[in-house]
Amino acid sequence: MKKIGVPKETHIGERRVALSPDAVEQFKKLGYSLAIESGAGTEASFANEKYVAAGVEVLPDAKALWSSCDIVMKVRPPVPAEVDLMKEGQILISFIWPAQNKELMDRLAAKKVTVMAMDSVPRISRAQKCDALSSMANVGGYRAVVEAAEHFGRFFTGQITAAGKIPPCKVLIIGAGVAGLAAIGAAKGMGAIVRAFDTRPEVREQVQSMGAEFLEVTIKEDGTGVGGYAKQMSKEFIDAEMALFRKQAEEVDIIITTALIPGKPAPKLILADMVEKLRAGSVVVDMASEQGGNCELTEPGKVVVRHGVTIIGYTDLPSRLATQSSNLYSTNLRHLLTDLTPEKNGTPNVNMEDEVIRGATVIKDGQITWPPPAPKLSAAKPKPAGAAAAPAKSARPAGHDAPSKTASLRTLVVMMLFAAVALAGIGWVAPPAFLMHFTVFVLAIFVGYMVVWNVTPALHTPLMSVTNAISSIIIIGALVQLSTPTPIVWILAAIATSITFVNTTGGFAVTQRMLKMFRK
Amino acid sequence: MSEGINGIVTCAYLGAAVLFILALGGLSNQEKARRGNLFGMIGISVAIIATILSHVTANHWVLAVGLAIGATAGLLLALRVQMTQMPELVAILHSLVGMAAMLVGFANYFDPKTLEHYVGAALMVHDIETYLGILIGAVTFTGSVIAFGKLSARITGKPMLLPGRHFINLLLLVVSIWAGIVFVMQHDPRTSPDAIAMVGGNLLPTINGLPAGTLALLVMTVAALLFGVHMVMAIGGADMPVVVSMLNSYSGWAAAATGFMLDNDLLIVTGALVGSSGAILSYIMCRAMNRKFLAVLAGGFGTAGGATAAKSAQAQGEISEIKAQEVAELLKEARSVMVVPGYGMAVAHAQHMIARITAELRGKGKTVRFAIHPVAGRMPGHMNVLLAEADVPYDIVFEMDEVNEDFPNVDVTIVCGANDIVNPSALEDPASPIAGMPVVECWKGKVAIVMKRSMATGYAGVDNPLFYKENTRMFFGDAKKSLEEVCKLLE
Repeated sequence: MKKIGVPKETHIGERRVALSPDAVEQFKKLGYSLAIESGAGTEASFANEKYVAAGVEVLPDAKALWSSCDIVMKVRPPVPAEVDLMKEGQILISFIWPAQNKELMDRLAAKKVTVMAMDSVPRISRAQKCDALSSMANVGGYRAVVEAAEHFGRFFTGQITAAGKIPPCKVLIIGAGVAGLAAIGAAKGMGAIVRAFDTRPEVREQVQSMGAEFLEVTIKEDGTGVGGYAKQMSKEFIDAEMALFRKQAEEVDIIITTALIPGKPAPKLILADMVEKLRAGSVVVDMASEQGGNCELTEPGKVVVRHGVTIIGYTDLPSRLATQSSNLYSTNLRHLLTDLTPEKNGTPNVNMEDEVIRGATVIKDGQITWPPPAPKLSAAKPKPAGAAAAPAKSARPAGHDAPSKTASLRTLVVMMLFAAVALAGIGWVAPPAFLMHFTVFVLAIFVGYMVVWNVTPALHTPLMSVTNAISSIIIIGALVQLSTPTPIVWILAAIATSITFVNTTGGFAVTQRMLKMFRK
Repeated sequence: MSEGINGIVTCAYLGAAVLFILALGGLSNQEKARRGNLFGMIGISVAIIATILSHVTANHWVLAVGLAIGATAGLLLALRVQMTQMPELVAILHSLVGMAAMLVGFANYFDPKTLEHYVGAALMVHDIETYLGILIGAVTFTGSVIAFGKLSARITGKPMLLPGRHFINLLLLVVSIWAGIVFVMQHDPRTSPDAIAMVGGNLLPTINGLPAGTLALLVMTVAALLFGVHMVMAIGGADMPVVVSMLNSYSGWAAAATGFMLDNDLLIVTGALVGSSGAILSYIMCRAMNRKFLAVLAGGFGTAGGATAAKSAQAQGEISEIKAQEVAELLKEARSVMVVPGYGMAVAHAQHMIARITAELRGKGKTVRFAIHPVAGRMPGHMNVLLAEADVPYDIVFEMDEVNEDFPNVDVTIVCGANDIVNPSALEDPASPIAGMPVVECWKGKVAIVMKRSMATGYAGVDNPLFYKENTRMFFGDAKKSLEEVCKLLE
């Protein structure tokens, strides 16, 4: 049985912890024993006692933890001092950002350990449950709205009070990824009017489903890149986009930006002149500040006031909601460990054939395995088919409408002529007694037609059983022949009477039984 | 029988006809439906009592015994039947109406008094009426028996496709028409035995003095019985809602034809009501599957075409499985839940468990709704009856069209034992065998939990891309047991 250890985060201001007491049970089911550095969860409101109660061993310091555990789970990338504590064969699971942290990678490789980077989990359907980037972005989006609210001097929701009318706050969200959508939800929930912009047209539905307005530029260009990210746009598009933001800056009170392009510095979308256009007291939350910021005036990690506008450049938004993000992060880790321990025997199996594990593993036994080979396309991307189907569907009624109208008119005329001829023919040859019955018959069909279309679909089964019951009226035919002296006639009539009466009683009884069940 | 009594009987029949119309009209909503059913019962009682008092002059004990047997059997069936078996019950009751129409037709034919009433053209019309009554009755009878067999799984639900089946049908049709001509000509005063011989009537040997007409009638009856069997055997399980409503319609037309034969307007009116009701239901079912009525009758849906479609489908991909624990978690978090039941729910008898979970969730203040596809189950309205039986209030049970646009606001959708009716390829893949069929668009919700026993395809034999969607979670296992587990976790 291997032991998983969770040290206290060393980065200043980091409040998250990689293991929440709620998740302990699930880890144990995988066959692992767990240990935690004393006080690791304090900042996330998880006291040592809670861990002890869940059956986690509490170790006094980082040194004891790193030396006694086979797997170490962390949030932030390890600092050099932590790397020095590692031993050969150990497995480390945390955020690593291998592209930005070349030196750290070399240092870890030299220690002959295995490292799994939560930021490198491939973004495919199956791996969504391990996708810590998404879960942290979700928390960050929410927190961004809360930070904006703190620095914004007014209500979000509009009100009419005895003390005067309060206009609702207008929020513009740029980039409708996971963080953007979470921000839309939070701002909408507080009562603001929310608008959102994204270069990827397919998120329009998601934005609208959250109750926000989707802003568009007039230039058509699809900004969809690989892995759910956006790609860099053309010059014309960016100009149009800037014009849109400039116009919006005159109207909105809060701007939250979340625009990121993988492997590149964040695009500058809110320029200094736009900040000047914002009303004094407005707030800009720049969620891309760690990658340089979407706003020209952002100072990463700080809150600054420029031209009367508060610009928030915090880089630790998820950590500012430590309990929530720790819970989500440890669930992500738990799912990754589940994939890593298919036999639930407490022994991890770093199976490089598994797409998710292959993607996450950046160092295997001291060998740098990052970057992984290009991921296979995710299963749920039959988008061209869907997109092609949509216009085809809407085009069909429009294209068919005009000709079908004349066609149906022609059919109607033909049918009426045909009916007239048929009726005249019947009238010519048929005896009068038949014609009387025929009149009744045709009228009854029409009555049936009118009545039955009014039946609610929920009662179609009772309709069938009741029509069945009344069609047993055929019993009358049997009854009138029952008293005929000819034996074969009355015997046949008797059998018919008996079996139709099954319908009469059975049909009505079962209908009654069904109808009794329908209650509000 | 005096004129006065005759008039009273006619008025009784008129009253019964009006009551029947009110009975059907009552079904327009759940509150009025029970009263409507009561009207129907009064109507048929009035008609039967009036007929017995006016017409039954002898054989009273036969009547008593016949009615007693019928009533016992009927009530036993009605009270014993499980709601999941309603389609079978309805099918077997249809067969009885068909059989009765046959018997009444034969009895009428053998009644020597009949010929005294009719002469000339009237006799010919009467002969055609008799002939048609027996024909429709016979087709209804065997067709319903086979439908019953298929619905109760006594006969395989797969379509039986004989080689040259359309040719067989054509042959049976030709035989029926030929026998019909022979039958009608026997009573035409203008036709001598030579004329009957001309159309081939002497191909029927007169055995024991049975006239050619009787034999023609018997030949046609056998042909019609065979046709009924052959027609329904060729139709697949998924098309059963259409077949059941079609047979419903036939039983009405059989009654109407009998009414013509007996000069009885009540039978004609009732038969027409039932016939048009069944026809409308067939039409609604066909439209719900985007299929042509004739295509359904031609049969063979869901065999060879489906298998290849399953292979060529682009829907291959990864599925994400889920366990009861996570289902319960999802439901606890959800604000709006939609349930999409299908035939599988009926098979697993899971409706009561669904109802308990519904009650539990509603108790927690969540919105729970049901989306019913018109052809979910094996007969029109099947799901509604099952849910009503399980005490699900009917005002949270909606038709597909009422809720389909609402799915983006639904947090969790539970698809229980449904497959083809939630298949996105009906909308997205023009090459799919079910392309164009309206479906419950549950993939537009946030998460869809699909309960299934395995990854097998539905009746249409089409692979379902829904299972591979990102927001779909597969919940494998017996629906009833799995839901029981979920229910315990919720409580």
